[in-house]
Amino acid sequence: MSQPARIPLRDEFNSRARDALGDAQLRRNFRGAMDSLMEKRAAAFSDADERERLRTLGNHIRARALSRLPDLLEQLESNLTANGIQVHWAETTEQANRIVLDIAERRQARQVIKGKSMVSEEMDMNHVLADHGIECLESDMGEYIIQLDHEKPSHIIMPAIHKNADQVARLFERELGEPYTRDVNELIQTGRRILRQKFFDADIGVSGVNFAVAETGTLVLVENEGNGRMSTTVPKVHIAVTGIEKVVAHLRDVVPLLSLLTRSALGQPITTYINMISRPRQAGERDGPEEVHLVLLDNGRSQAFADGELRQTLNCIRCGACMNHCPVYTRVGGHTYGEVYPGPIGAIITPHLVGLDKVPDHPSASSLCGACGEVCPVRIPIPSLLRRLREENVSRPDPGHAVMRGQGSKYSALESTVWKLWRTLYTRPLLYRLFRFFATRLRALTPSRLGPWTEHRGAPKPAARSLHELARKHLEQSR
Amino acid sequence: MNAPRTFVPQATRTAEPDAAPRTYPEHKPERIYLFGTCVVDLFFPEAGMDAIRLLEREGIQVVFPQAQSCCGQPAYTSGYTDQAREVARAQLALFDQDWPVVVPSGSCAGMFRHHYQELFAGEPDTLARARAVAERTYELAEFLLHVCRVELHDQGPPTEVALHTSCSARREMHTHHHGRALLDQLSGVRRVDHDHESECCGFGGTFCVRMPDISGAMVADKTRSLRDSGATRVVSADAGCLMNINGALKKQRAPLQGQHLASFLWQRTGGQP
Repeated sequence: MSQPARIPLRDEFNSRARDALGDAQLRRNFRGAMDSLMEKRAAAFSDADERERLRTLGNHIRARALSRLPDLLEQLESNLTANGIQVHWAETTEQANRIVLDIAERRQARQVIKGKSMVSEEMDMNHVLADHGIECLESDMGEYIIQLDHEKPSHIIMPAIHKNADQVARLFERELGEPYTRDVNELIQTGRRILRQKFFDADIGVSGVNFAVAETGTLVLVENEGNGRMSTTVPKVHIAVTGIEKVVAHLRDVVPLLSLLTRSALGQPITTYINMISRPRQAGERDGPEEVHLVLLDNGRSQAFADGELRQTLNCIRCGACMNHCPVYTRVGGHTYGEVYPGPIGAIITPHLVGLDKVPDHPSASSLCGACGEVCPVRIPIPSLLRRLREENVSRPDPGHAVMRGQGSKYSALESTVWKLWRTLYTRPLLYRLFRFFATRLRALTPSRLGPWTEHRGAPKPAARSLHELARKHLEQSR
Repeated sequence: MNAPRTFVPQATRTAEPDAAPRTYPEHKPERIYLFGTCVVDLFFPEAGMDAIRLLEREGIQVVFPQAQSCCGQPAYTSGYTDQAREVARAQLALFDQDWPVVVPSGSCAGMFRHHYQELFAGEPDTLARARAVAERTYELAEFLLHVCRVELHDQGPPTEVALHTSCSARREMHTHHHGRALLDQLSGVRRVDHDHESECCGFGGTFCVRMPDISGAMVADKTRSLRDSGATRVVSADAGCLMNINGALKKQRAPLQGQHLASFLWQRTGGQP
């Protein structure tokens, strides 16, 4: 298909999207994977009433926890400390990395094995540690695959979902010298065999956290591969990294959230492993790490927290259902977003982490179809928040009263004027009447090319008479 | 960080506004307002006229305030909230009698029914008016089905149609149920499913020009599945989606075309086009 002339200036998001859309293999991989995930979720929630009640409960648990966030974090710290877990606070990713490096230096660590952690991706931990001569190996199979291929995760739950078995087989052949096979079980066995030894060689295990329980000082970690348990029990030191929003008040809160998380993410009634980490190895115990650390990272989360509406962003329990159901994500994949968190949740959280000006197109990368909000297990009104961020994008902040970092970076005097004219047109009945008159009478002059619209569609032509005119005539006659 | 000490409910804006089923009036009203919408006004006026005829056939007098224009949705979803609010204010002023407001487009009905209350959250008087109007706003298919309780008598030859429902109509107004129920009353019409039926057609208001390639890919997929469904006609209750889908079908030189539900229902039941 020949490409028509285009607007020359295409922003980064759109140009990455364009590349992704042109990759037929990538599109097949995503469509197939997302279709299957949607089916699995639907099957896991076969009772719609139960699902909706559970979602409401999940929302309430998260909202309640966030409404007491500072208190709960203090309670968490004191209970973790009492349990022998060392708590560290980091406002920025640099500080978080510094904390990890200090521990590594004190322990003279050379090798780190990682369970899956999106916060460590935020920190870019692998590269920071590598710069200090510490090898950091991913042990989650998906993360391991993309680390081998020097890529970033394309999905928060299934980081290598953009690759199919053939692509993984060729990667293993190339990077590991393994014989080519498309048998998924064999591929996984290869990975497991290599990783198994690495768990024993590692000085430090790093993991994320799914829920941090304030009342008991417990870190809850769910996983399906056993690598999380290995990473947090075999090395002598375990460092957990997490965002400050992951705290919940009570142990009983974890039960419904776990059910929502595993069913929404992969359609599983429960994950294969649920780890509840409450303390380091005690005297007389035969395994477990000697030291356990928790790094609590802010990285822009308190900015979202400060706004009653945007705070709902922090309800997220990282299930990925919003991306699985997003027609935009399904077509362009995670890498198009160019940031750690892709898809609808990425579009509403990333602006807080990196500044709205760094990702001004993320809130626009949605038709606001509402599929994400409909499936969110904790009822985050993602479409409303996307819309709100669009508003912050084009609103210049009052001096000293910015709602968020990078606010107003998409403000354009021209676009702003266009919308003012639009308002004038639709609030002045006489003006709108004139507009209708000319649009219908001069319909033959409608251009056949209308910017991006006509790249994929024919140009719409106004009707010969507007509804206003037809209705007036009709209603006058029938009176 | 200073957090409020009390529990703050998060229900200021909900993802699914119509979680509880709506109750409908027992009797048909004598009069209704029709809010035509800006897209119907200029691009699908016959759909608006067919809506009027369908309603009149039910013995209802239709009032069409001539000062109406647009619900404000394009500015609202683009983040120009202040401009959207002024356009919304101008519409609200037109529907002051206690008559139902019927809208032949689910997403515009959703603006009236859910989002005006967000726009005027800071203006108690206007908010009260917005709430009152929201309470009596109906999407056309919903109104025909649940308030008029229409009984449609199909007079057309056997045919197969695919129904496309706009996403906001589906999620904010449950229009897919209403559209299906109305089509199912037509004895000669077989409704055929199309692949990924509940997926967005890629219109999304200004989304289609801000993210043209993604929107183009979405409408390409949507029209492919509509063509593959075997339907001889596409029916939709939302003019925005129709403009997008018909535009793409036209570009593909496909014989298939989309028609507004109001026009389809009117023509199938003996009305003259």
